[in-house]
Amino acid sequence: MVSKSLKLVAAVILSCTSATVAANDGTRLLATGGATSIEGSAGGGIVPWATLSSYAGESQVGATAALSEVSVDDFRLSVAAASVNFYNRLEVSYAKQTFDLSTIGGELKQNIVGVKARLYGDLVYGDWPQLSAGIQHKTNQTFALPNAVGAKDDSGTDYYISAAKAWLDGFGHRTWVANLTVRNTKANQLGLLGFGGDQQDRRWQLEGSVAAFINRYWAVGVEYRQKPSNLSFAREDDWKDLFVGYFPNRSLAIVAAYTDLGSIAGLDNQHGWYLSLQASF
Amino acid sequence: MKSIIVALALLFSVTAGAAQQSLYQQFGGKQGIADITEEMLFQVGGDERIAHHFEDVDIVRLHRLLTEQICQVVGGPCEYTGDTMKASHRNLGISTGDFNVLVEHLIRAMEKFDIPTSAQNQLLAKLAAMHNDVVEE
Ligand code: HEM
Repeated sequence: MVSKSLKLVAAVILSCTSATVAANDGTRLLATGGATSIEGSAGGGIVPWATLSSYAGESQVGATAALSEVSVDDFRLSVAAASVNFYNRLEVSYAKQTFDLSTIGGELKQNIVGVKARLYGDLVYGDWPQLSAGIQHKTNQTFALPNAVGAKDDSGTDYYISAAKAWLDGFGHRTWVANLTVRNTKANQLGLLGFGGDQQDRRWQLEGSVAAFINRYWAVGVEYRQKPSNLSFAREDDWKDLFVGYFPNRSLAIVAAYTDLGSIAGLDNQHGWYLSLQASF
Repeated sequence: MKSIIVALALLFSVTAGAAQQSLYQQFGGKQGIADITEEMLFQVGGDERIAHHFEDVDIVRLHRLLTEQICQVVGGPCEYTGDTMKASHRNLGISTGDFNVLVEHLIRAMEKFDIPTSAQNQLLAKLAAMHNDVVEE
């Protein structure tokens, strides 16, 4: 089931975890590179954050490669993604999503090109949050099913603005991080079920994450992502997850989560696990 | 999910226990702070990303001043006798990246001396507030 690109990213991750040198030159603090979200942008698990990928500082270029799997009752999402961060100013990302319809049968695929620019501020320093704006251009590789259930387009572009802030000495003398993202989208189930529909078209959605660092290496947090519901064929629910992040060094980030994806394509109560591995260079 | 909540509750209660000691005591007093700043400066000297900033600096004096300053910041019985952060870092061309590297070495030094995370965070937050005076953008 594992596709070629997934294998490639896995090989890259394995080979780079031994070569920690490049990422260790990065001039940002541990964990501030975050993880790779399921759409390829640096973030948490299901929400893109205002932070840019890797540990590249203002005079550096960094990169990441990541593999993520979401496994819920009747579906399985596999993501292979990579990104480059130029001078902690501009992030360019690419993600390949494969959505396995385990129960219904078949699979849906789409590719996502992302660009995110840091507009203002710094996650850690100053009174105001770090502010970024981004786009995610999504293209379906399989449109027969989305077309059949009423999706209007086989491609679409999300626009978002994110604000993220860390409190080094937050509640309980722990370091806390919060991110808020506002997204304009016409994607149905991330875009895997196409774009737009008979119910509505473009919509603004709110997404948020909060995490507490137990120590330098371990974080626990929650995420919430509002979802549109454009197709009368099946309702779409908001997504949530409860995650644990592990940042052993600046080359590796591991995120595990318990997710609640609600109803997908008419199948209710999709709960399950999320696991993501990210290598930084 | 329950186990995470239990783990969290446990961690915060550990923090409460540590709070019975003053922040200054958690850093091991003046000697503990002097050891930490020495370890930090030692690491900084070996880090080619920022070592060049310290080439012509009187490190013994810097160590004394840094120790005084941190001692004072964590509520110890010390008086900082150096210049303001703004004056002493003026025209040094220090970037946010440089600042992060120094913080990273401070964290490593604090971990080496087993300073509790909660105590580390209290110092780091106070130092982070000086970012604007140290860094030139
Ligand atoms: C919150 C972070 C920092 C604190 C608390 C701090 C503290 C100090 C103190 C107390 C002094 C001595 C002041 C005096 O001479 O009266 C000093 C000097 C100096 N600091 Fe920092 N510093 C910080 C960040 C940095 C960073 C990030 C760099 C460069 C990477 C740096 C480079 C220097 C240099 C080169 C001097 C010596 C200047 C001279 O003697 O001409 N400092 N710092």
